[in-house]
Amino acid sequence: MDIALSVRFKKVLSSNFSMDVSWQAGREIVVLFGPSGAGKSLTFQILAGLVTPDEGHLQLEDVVFHDSREGIDLPPQFREIGYLFQHYALFPHMTTRENILYGHRQPQGNAAASDLAAMLVRFHLEGLEQRYPGALSGGQRQRVALARAMMRKPKLLLLDEPLSAVDLAVRRSIRTELKNLQRTLNIPMVIVTHDLGEALALADQLIIYDLGRVVQAGTPDEIVHHPQNEIIAEWAGRTLVRGERSFSF
Amino acid sequence: MEAILTAARLSLLVSVTATALIALVGLALAYILARRDFRGKHLLDALISVPLVLPPTVVGYYLVILFGREGWIGAPLYRLTGWSFVFTWQGAALAAFVVALPLMVRVSRAALEAVDKDLINTSYVLGKSEWETVRKVVLPLAKGGIMAGILLAFARALGEFGATLMIAGNIPGQTGTLPLSIYSAFQSGDDALAQTLAIILTIISGTVIYLAGKWTSSRWI
Repeated sequence: MDIALSVRFKKVLSSNFSMDVSWQAGREIVVLFGPSGAGKSLTFQILAGLVTPDEGHLQLEDVVFHDSREGIDLPPQFREIGYLFQHYALFPHMTTRENILYGHRQPQGNAAASDLAAMLVRFHLEGLEQRYPGALSGGQRQRVALARAMMRKPKLLLLDEPLSAVDLAVRRSIRTELKNLQRTLNIPMVIVTHDLGEALALADQLIIYDLGRVVQAGTPDEIVHHPQNEIIAEWAGRTLVRGERSFSF
Repeated sequence: MEAILTAARLSLLVSVTATALIALVGLALAYILARRDFRGKHLLDALISVPLVLPPTVVGYYLVILFGREGWIGAPLYRLTGWSFVFTWQGAALAAFVVALPLMVRVSRAALEAVDKDLINTSYVLGKSEWETVRKVVLPLAKGGIMAGILLAFARALGEFGATLMIAGNIPGQTGTLPLSIYSAFQSGDDALAQTLAIILTIISGTVIYLAGKWTSSRWI
């Protein structure tokens, strides 16, 4: 595996919670799985430059985002990341069109108009250009957020609980869409979830978080068949034995 | 009739001047208090807000200490320019500014703090600077609260009495704003004038407060 993304950092948040994680990813779908409060979303904020780690090294391809020894800390504006927040964070005072264009480097230019048109087609948003987020369904909002993130041509996609706010019925198709998107872009896509069924269905590499640490990392197969501890075994076991696809904490 | 128009015109000049300054300074202070952490933040907050709870005469007293002809700022200003805030409409505007500023800061700060942090962070991640984010995301989403703050400050400035009397006195045509003219008319036994002025002030202030309430409840989503 070519390493595209390497993540190593420490962050003390309070006297009883600190993070110390290290993992790497290729151009694949990596799922961060673990209970609430394990530090998954915080990892995203640190990757995006919204929170500064106490020490560590973050690198995407040949760009160093953060290196505490070298004193490098790239501001969020200069990290080429597409970041989908849990509730999509669409600007409520902007239409679909304005939201998507907001992500463009030169929203007034000719290129922006054709990029916008392409995004509307790609994410099935034709006809919804003038709608405000309040008038969109959960799935549509997510696609607007994805289209907006894609306008920056990101080299890394971070998706925080992308399936939590959509109906069960459309989850399967979104999973397929996300997989296709990653294969097309050929960039690392990191997905946070606390739903094991989603994690197993999406991941090329599964990273299990607990209490601010990485408990185990590997392919879904490796983790299911060689769980590192009893808790993971229990999650995996339940899933296998009962065939549940949506067991969660 | 002449007296009514003069007082109303002066009141408007004083309140509009004070409110214009409050809109700029108050919004900047509200943003700093809402989005920044620094030493002395609570002290700054208390300093801005203390005129809300002090008797306006005490605020006026401090204004004289600071801006009077013998004042810490007023004395050098007078030596340099031969001009002073004392007994001028600018003095009245200064009093209105200090007394009404905390209303603007408190109301607009709450509106700025209510803007979802994820939206601000999303804007940064999408490559926008803090200034662009403020202009395109924070201010549009907080505009209801900001407008309400401006209107409340205007209403308070319009009704300012005690601090104005201390620094600007009560000179008809120069510093005799509506509230001060009501007091003069009442003192001199001109009940009809006092009543007319009181009704005018009540109508204006009531309308402004009504609009402020309406603005606060107008939100996106």
